[in-house]
Amino acid sequence: MWINEMPAFAPFFIGALIALLTTGKLRQAILLITPVISGIHLLTVPVGTSLGFELVGFSLEVYRVDKLSLLFGYIFHIAAFLAILFSIHVKDTLQQISGLLYAGSAIGAVFAGDLITLFVFWELLAITSVFLIWARGTERAYVAGMRYLIIQVLSGVILLVGIIFYAYHKQSISFSLIGLEGTAGWLIFIAFGIKCAFPMLHNWLTDAYPEATPTGTVFLSAFTTKVAVYALARAYPGTELLVYIGVTMACFPIFFAVIENDLRRVLSYSMINQIGFMVVGIGIGSALAVNGAVSHAFNDILFKGLLFMSMGAVLHMTGKIDGSRLGGLYKSMPKTAILCMVGAASISAFPLFSGFVSKSMVMSAAIENGYGWAWLLLLFSAAGVFHHAGIKIPYFAFFAHDSGIRTTEPPKNMLMAMTISAVLCIAIGAYPNALYQLLPFDTGYNPYDATHVLTQLQLLFFSALAFIWLNLRNMYPPELPSVNLDVDWLYRRLFPATLKPLFNGLWRLDAAFRSWFMNRLNGALGLISRHAPDGILSRTQLSGSMVIWVTILLATYLILSFW
Amino acid sequence: MAKQNNTEKQYLFDNPKNIKRLLYIVYACCILLVLLDFVIHRHIYHSWESLFGFYAIYGFVGCVVLVLIAKWMRTFLMRDEDYYDRIELKQQQISEQATEQKAEEQAGGKHVD
Repeated sequence: MWINEMPAFAPFFIGALIALLTTGKLRQAILLITPVISGIHLLTVPVGTSLGFELVGFSLEVYRVDKLSLLFGYIFHIAAFLAILFSIHVKDTLQQISGLLYAGSAIGAVFAGDLITLFVFWELLAITSVFLIWARGTERAYVAGMRYLIIQVLSGVILLVGIIFYAYHKQSISFSLIGLEGTAGWLIFIAFGIKCAFPMLHNWLTDAYPEATPTGTVFLSAFTTKVAVYALARAYPGTELLVYIGVTMACFPIFFAVIENDLRRVLSYSMINQIGFMVVGIGIGSALAVNGAVSHAFNDILFKGLLFMSMGAVLHMTGKIDGSRLGGLYKSMPKTAILCMVGAASISAFPLFSGFVSKSMVMSAAIENGYGWAWLLLLFSAAGVFHHAGIKIPYFAFFAHDSGIRTTEPPKNMLMAMTISAVLCIAIGAYPNALYQLLPFDTGYNPYDATHVLTQLQLLFFSALAFIWLNLRNMYPPELPSVNLDVDWLYRRLFPATLKPLFNGLWRLDAAFRSWFMNRLNGALGLISRHAPDGILSRTQLSGSMVIWVTILLATYLILSFW
Repeated sequence: MAKQNNTEKQYLFDNPKNIKRLLYIVYACCILLVLLDFVIHRHIYHSWESLFGFYAIYGFVGCVVLVLIAKWMRTFLMRDEDYYDRIELKQQQISEQATEQKAEEQAGGKHVD
């Protein structure tokens, strides 16, 4: 099976099957080794490899390898390995298998060369990942998972309708540049947009991810949204609408992140913010911008994964994840605290950390292409990222007021996964060319010039100063046990609240109509019942009584005949 | 990082002096970075960048505005922790009804409206 044409998702599906049939240490070994073997195999696969066949007149391309898909293929293998390592202590077959299948589906989706294959993996992503939410076992996780599944499957259905329109008009189902033309273009755009957490369509992410298991969220954070980013980069580069959408995504979640109490929900909001940068890059569409978008996706998987791991470790060890219930954990989890801060520095784009070498590409491209206003807003959200993800996450979990919680460092496998992520974050930040070589375009970009380093440090340090100043003045909003309303209020509160009376009214009307109808029916039945077998008119009469009646009749005739 | 004691350990930031020290380091970095603006000639791409200390001002003001707006948003977005749970979770509902009943019993089952 060591052939180039073996699709990269195959080892994951085979690995999941074998893992299902084994138990204990053997299963753990298979889970860990699957992404490693598949990753080594992928390194040998050259650009241009393709596997396809004909199906009812359409040519399906199940496996297409080019520079763009290969970049996502590599990072998904790394992410799968890290997430599996992080969760290897979990003894839950459902989570182990669905995690592996989920990673395989994501890899299948990025190597899909046609839209039908993409659709299949698009839906598989939804179905395999929901178990990572349900596995939490709480009723809350169950309803959140339900909402997640409905929205994800809906995205797939919209995609399918779009594909049908597309195939009808273009006579082709090849997955390449689509553009916002006609119904098909818009439908597919919206389907991608749902998975990409566009504004107003974003709430599934902040709703479901924080309800998943401590380890499940690490899987979830890596794949679904990044597949959508890849799909947008493939089908809609240079679509100007994406610049507006991306800037909105980069800006609005940071306000929610500042007042959110659940630290994994803070990270979910911050995830939308980071995807905003990628979407802006795709919208600009120049070589530098697309490079920036996909390399930022690459880095985001690593540092966001690291942050979700550190918060997962906190949740695993303390059972708590709310900022208002945590604090002072650096005393008992110093290693986790330091690793978390590496992730925080990376997402904040400190020089020598990974975010610095990719986020700036999008910003530079925005300036170069005349989006000055977008640049200003991205700069604001870059400062905001440091505020809510860079400072808030480590500060409220590990420092702030001492919550009195004393615990220990998380299991070794968790620490190892976090350490590898942290090392990768620093390695990419310090030696960005390793990442740049994998990018689809060669732009000769160099992040480390004096201007860039200085301006970025000024921005970050004065953001930190603002945090300190606000805290010292007691103006910083304290962490409160609370829920903040977002778009999900519409379908979790408003629709049920307004539709319930409506349906109640309908049911009353229905009941009244039915009772009226039943009365009528009973009346009709009464009428019928006279002629029915038991009815008055169909009773069996005694033949004797008939004789009497005949006699009476004849006697009457006789009497009448006398006149 | 922290000295080992047999009783409750004294940790790094239990000592207010250490927090002060950390803050002074941050202040010193901030001053140094602004001073570097004199030494290093920044490339200007956007007209606002030519303003002295633009990034420092923008970062500070941006974050303060961010926090103040977010704080204001709490006034109309914030709800109780169990806001959704009350109607979405069955167990929650049952316990809620029970507590409501109890409260009613205590109040003598009077209807106010």
